[in-house]
Amino acid sequence: MSGKESGYLDMELLRFTTAGSVDDGKSTLIGRLLYDSKAIFEDQMEAIERVSERSGHEEVNLALLTDGLRSEREQGITIDVAYRYFATPKRKFIIADTPGHIQYTRNMVTGASTANVALILVDARHGVLEQTLRHAYIASLLQIPHVIFCINKMDLVDYKQEVFDKIKSDIDAVASKLSVKDIRFVPISALKGDNVVERSGSMDWYDGPTLMYLLENIHISSDVNHDDFRFPVQYVIRPQSAEWPDYRGYAGRIASGVIKLGDEVSVLPSGFSSKVKTIDMMEESLEEGFAPQSVSITLEDDIDISRGDMLVKKNNGAEPKNSQDIEAMVCWFNDRKLMPRGKYVIKHTSADARCMVTDIQYKMNINTLEKNEEDKEVGMNDIARIKIRSTKPLFFDSYSRNRITGSLILVDEATNETVAAGMII
Amino acid sequence: MDQYRINHLKELEAESIYVIREVAAQFENPVMLFSGGKDSIVMFHLARKAFWPAKVPFPLMHIDTGHNFPEALEYRDRLMEETGTKCIVALVQDSIDQGRVVEERGVNASRNKLQTTTLLDAIEGNKFDAAMGGGRRDEEKARAKERFFSHRDEFGQWDPKNQRPELWNIFNGRKNMGEHFRVFPISNWTEMDVWQYIYMEKIELPSLYFTHKREVFNRDGVWLAKLPFMQLKDNEVVETKDVRCRTIGDVTCTGLTLSTANSLEDIIHEVASTRTTERGGRADDKRSESAMEDRKREGYF
Ligand SMILES: Nc1nc2c(ncn2[C@@H]2O[C@H](COP(=O)(O)OP(=O)(O)O)[C@@H](O)[C@H]2O)c(=O)[nH]1
Ligand SMILES: [Mg+2]
Repeated sequence: MSGKESGYLDMELLRFTTAGSVDDGKSTLIGRLLYDSKAIFEDQMEAIERVSERSGHEEVNLALLTDGLRSEREQGITIDVAYRYFATPKRKFIIADTPGHIQYTRNMVTGASTANVALILVDARHGVLEQTLRHAYIASLLQIPHVIFCINKMDLVDYKQEVFDKIKSDIDAVASKLSVKDIRFVPISALKGDNVVERSGSMDWYDGPTLMYLLENIHISSDVNHDDFRFPVQYVIRPQSAEWPDYRGYAGRIASGVIKLGDEVSVLPSGFSSKVKTIDMMEESLEEGFAPQSVSITLEDDIDISRGDMLVKKNNGAEPKNSQDIEAMVCWFNDRKLMPRGKYVIKHTSADARCMVTDIQYKMNINTLEKNEEDKEVGMNDIARIKIRSTKPLFFDSYSRNRITGSLILVDEATNETVAAGMII
Repeated sequence: MDQYRINHLKELEAESIYVIREVAAQFENPVMLFSGGKDSIVMFHLARKAFWPAKVPFPLMHIDTGHNFPEALEYRDRLMEETGTKCIVALVQDSIDQGRVVEERGVNASRNKLQTTTLLDAIEGNKFDAAMGGGRRDEEKARAKERFFSHRDEFGQWDPKNQRPELWNIFNGRKNMGEHFRVFPISNWTEMDVWQYIYMEKIELPSLYFTHKREVFNRDGVWLAKLPFMQLKDNEVVETKDVRCRTIGDVTCTGLTLSTANSLEDIIHEVASTRTTERGGRADDKRSESAMEDRKREGYF
């Protein structure tokens, strides 16, 4: 195949999330990106035109493209994470559109967990609000490598540079408290399209890139940890067939690092070691595998390995921690509050264990970024630092080093609901 | 570090294989739904990759409305035989005969909605605890809010406002007795990704996806196939056209595209320049603004 299509076969995948307070223009911005990159089809456009008309909007309400559930359309607000897709010749984008209401912090955390980039919207008229800080903090807590602050509704402040500069310096002042590698600012009007895909004709004072340019060009491949090989065993493949009587493949997704044929690996928790015999992807046999590939690895020696075990490379920098005691920042997701000394199921990579919360160290006030060591009641949307003891050892890294082996969830044994997301310290 | 980069299709593939393996590991008795359409063909291809060189460790299941394109059934049977896979066929006709559902009447009658009962009965009857489907979030607004692991209560119903948060790549498949999960391994794929992947992997498709001459008629702007069980209204005329399927489903609600595309390259060109969604051709979604959401709440695919 020539030209366009073959080019399309070599796109990079970028996941981003949007955050902002209600009415900052998230849905409009996403609608604009989809519309200007021609990811909106005629029948979708006709459908939203019909609805816009019926609900008395003058301009076609691009936000309707993302507000999917009936109750959302009726209330005109986004209530759950919605995923959207569009592509340019360079990249395929996955957007997690998350609502900005305080009661939905969990949605932003959810969307942020897999994102390469966060777009945080700020209404130019209102400047930096408590919510802006909260969103920036969550982006930093979830270690999203790149954060782009979109100063929106510039059309409503006469496209004035002072407004943009003031907001930028206000954010810069708090950014020092956060740990985000890469922060950018773009003045936009989502409604009119300024600096979203097309350059604005009304903000000559801004000579930086458009939002789309950033999304297409921000360097993301070095955000993946290619240093520490970590391979949580997900499933053991044993065909036991006439053709493959002895095949024993350890299937999983490489969490980080690189593995080559012949590399020496050790198995956690048993500590046995062996060498990599093959790295398989169906008939294709690879010379080397790397994150985030899903492969099946066979070893030279017969060792008893099962789901929940982890293969790591020998002599490959730091070993993962191997412990029953874990300290983590957690975001609480449930109306049932965290029970001190409460028992939960912990899910970490492919391992499951029961665990107990042994200590609540402090609760984070995400509006002031201050630690609260007095009030330790952790409820819906609270963020806290806790200690956990699990019934068996887990193999983990700090979240800041490894987003896969450093993350966990807690599940309530009674309801089976996911009650918390944890970032290991 | 650019040497350690994979393209978007490889990354989607790795994600989907991960999800499918997770299902095999977390559930006792999973099943993969197979409609004969391109999405389920791709999903099954991914399942084969996930467990190679072993066979896929779960059966497939086809919810059969009885209103099929014969080519789709031939393709299904051949694929199952070639790969040594078991495919359970659950018939909507059986649900009608057992009085579980009542056939719709009139020219617009469709068995599409009735499938939900057949599906839920088959899940319960076979004690499946997870059913994988080829639904994609880009298909429709209500689907855009689906999780990979979507929890269903004991009535098989979906509560979109009370979904479990899904973080990183940790999937929580814990449930109570009688409940089950729907799992959507190709959630993050778009129609274009599916076609490009089929092209990249050289996956064989039913001939229906390529141009062919067929007797068709136009109903409310949608071209439908004139097969024996289709009832025509008085003003509808049968014509012969060059058409192909963009999706394959129940014949009564699968719109055909006027097209002369006879290779994957042609189809990718066509998809790239098309201005309507693939569901735009589906009469079932036109019924109301939230038709899909309503059906999904009840337990539809
Ligand atoms: N003037 C102006 N209005 C905007 C802009 N962006 C969004 N809006 C309006 O702000 C309101 C809220 O937008 P919406 O996208 O629903 O916000 P969300 O709650 O963040 O999703 C709508 O009436 C939009 O039309 C902008 O750049 N300029
Ligand atoms: Mg919104």
